[in-house]
Amino acid sequence: MENKIKVPTMAEMTASGETPDVLFWVGCAGSFDDRAKKITKAFVKILNKADIKFAVLGTEEACSGDPAKRAGNEFLFQMQAMMNIQVMNGYNVTRVVTTCPHCFNTLKNEYPKLGGKYEVLHHTELINNLLEAGKITVEGGEFKGKKITYHDPCYLGRGNDVYEAPREVLGKIDTALVEMARSRRNSLCCGAGGAQMFKEAEKGDKEIFVERTEDVLKTNANVVATGCAFCNTMLTDGVKRFNKEDEIEVLDVAELIANAADL
Amino acid sequence: MISSVIFIIILAAGIYVFAKKVGVIRRNILLGKDIDRSDRKDERWKTMARVAMGQSKMSARPVAGLLHLFVYVGFILINIEVLEIILDGIFGTHRLFHSVLGDFYFMIINFFEVLAVLVIVGVTVFWIRRMVVKIPRFWSKEMKGWAKNDALYILYIEFVLMSALLIMNAADQVLMATPVDQLEAAGLSKYALGLDGKFAVSQFLTGLMPENLDALHYIERGAWWFHIIGIMLFLNYLPYSKHFHIILAFPNTFYAKLEPKTELNNLESVTKEVEMMFDPSADPYAAPPAGAEDAVPERFGAKDVQDLNWKQLMDSYTCTECGRCTSVCPANLTGKLLSPRKIMMDTRDRLEEVGQNIDKNGADYDDGKSLLNDYIKPEELWACTTCNACTEACPVLIDPASIIIDLRRYLVMEESQGPSELNAVYTNIENNGAPWQFAQADRLNWKDE
Repeated sequence: MENKIKVPTMAEMTASGETPDVLFWVGCAGSFDDRAKKITKAFVKILNKADIKFAVLGTEEACSGDPAKRAGNEFLFQMQAMMNIQVMNGYNVTRVVTTCPHCFNTLKNEYPKLGGKYEVLHHTELINNLLEAGKITVEGGEFKGKKITYHDPCYLGRGNDVYEAPREVLGKIDTALVEMARSRRNSLCCGAGGAQMFKEAEKGDKEIFVERTEDVLKTNANVVATGCAFCNTMLTDGVKRFNKEDEIEVLDVAELIANAADL
Repeated sequence: MISSVIFIIILAAGIYVFAKKVGVIRRNILLGKDIDRSDRKDERWKTMARVAMGQSKMSARPVAGLLHLFVYVGFILINIEVLEIILDGIFGTHRLFHSVLGDFYFMIINFFEVLAVLVIVGVTVFWIRRMVVKIPRFWSKEMKGWAKNDALYILYIEFVLMSALLIMNAADQVLMATPVDQLEAAGLSKYALGLDGKFAVSQFLTGLMPENLDALHYIERGAWWFHIIGIMLFLNYLPYSKHFHIILAFPNTFYAKLEPKTELNNLESVTKEVEMMFDPSADPYAAPPAGAEDAVPERFGAKDVQDLNWKQLMDSYTCTECGRCTSVCPANLTGKLLSPRKIMMDTRDRLEEVGQNIDKNGADYDDGKSLLNDYIKPEELWACTTCNACTEACPVLIDPASIIIDLRRYLVMEESQGPSELNAVYTNIENNGAPWQFAQADRLNWKDE
């Protein structure tokens, strides 16, 4: 580990009488999936660099309930939601940032009516704020001047109208942003949402992630950026399916910034 | 005098039969569960003005959007002329508005004629798009039989109605340009309005008209009666057709969901139970409150149309089967069984069936069928990625995704059905707090890896 990252937990902070400004909700993929863990760490490096007083719940965090809810298991969703809300309210959490658009949507929109009212940010929004405020600066990095395309996660874009923040962030690293034919409101799903991530696709003549990867390939971009660990997995699979992994990198917006800021 | 009576009878009968059928549709929609959409009225009026009146979502596909605009504006504004026709019919007058509007009347008729031509252009190109170009979304599986014919009948009816309007004006302007003494000699003095100019479009049809005044009179009257009887028939065709969207688009956008697209409702019935589980003092064996013993427990999710809410049912009657939803659905694009349009058509067809059952056999009749399984197969439901491309694409703010989720809820919570991989996911979430089989205690391990 080249740079030691600082990841305080809510329990530790509270024990030392401190209150963090923001809770970083890591999410299941960010905690356990090997690829997504890199995104988590990249985001933590950014938070460390910008001196953000944040904390994670660590072992007190549990699935937000999103996949259960989309699959139709409302019981399980509300069980998870209420447990998580009890924990967060116990720590007097007011602000949450997450790298997962699905947790983002659930915490922001579905927790309030169950008693969990927080200001919820997606990490691309927070990163954009930090760049705007000059808390982090980006100069170079290996992606400078490269052609990047951005894949809108459904739960961030169409679901919650966050289209600009990730694009503004990418605009700061001096890259050529090329849009796919289907982007923003018309973005095509990667195929993972609605609990599809955890099951085989229904019978069809094509995988959705292949259809979406074709959109990516048509742009001739060197990098496809996204803001969702599940989209990342699907597009990575897609790029491999076309044997293009040497030509196109699938990266999270946080990873691009961490790289450009030399973190 | 006789013609006024006949006219009033046709008009009253047409409106009565229409109102009765609309009443049945309203009753059917209200078979759905209650949902409160009476909040944020300002925002709702604005949404309706923008999306229904302003057609804001139609422009996403510019060609279809523009042609639709022709037909829509034509439909709305030509109704002013229909009003004149109705008043003329009741009072036995001829071009009543002319006496009020004077020269301005000419301009208005010219404007209507241009609109009528635009409508004819619109429906003709629509027909070509369907039948010659064969745009895929009009030829999907669910667009066979009635769905296909219905769309074509509407185009034919609109074409014929607009043509009648132009033919009527062509004959009329020849009559009106005839010297008054000749008109009086033929007993047609009501055409002597002094309107001896040319109408913008129908002047080009006058060459087709006969010279004989009686023949002209019959053509003018024939087209006039054809137009108004046609409109009455079309009015009564609407509630049996996807074309009913011309009415329901307005309430449907007004009552549309204002929350973010991916926000799902939290089932209150579930919240009560979960709160009880979290309440250490709750007694699971407590007797139900007085009066609640006989209450039928609420079904979780939806199996049939009555389990959906009235807005979802209104959605189904509003759907005009344009297929924009299905044409952007990632599942459908990759050959899966799911088509959001079919979800809406199935919901409407089942609701119509339930309504007919009620009319024939009373409110408690059970035909042993349901929306789920008999109309919509679980395989369709499980193909949905909940990406909301369908809800985004719908020009009248229909929400097919919410129906998919409610049907999934029934499958999972009432019948424990669903893909087996998902059962493992539920178990993992319950036991480890993650969809994968990782211990919650390891949740922060990434920090030191």
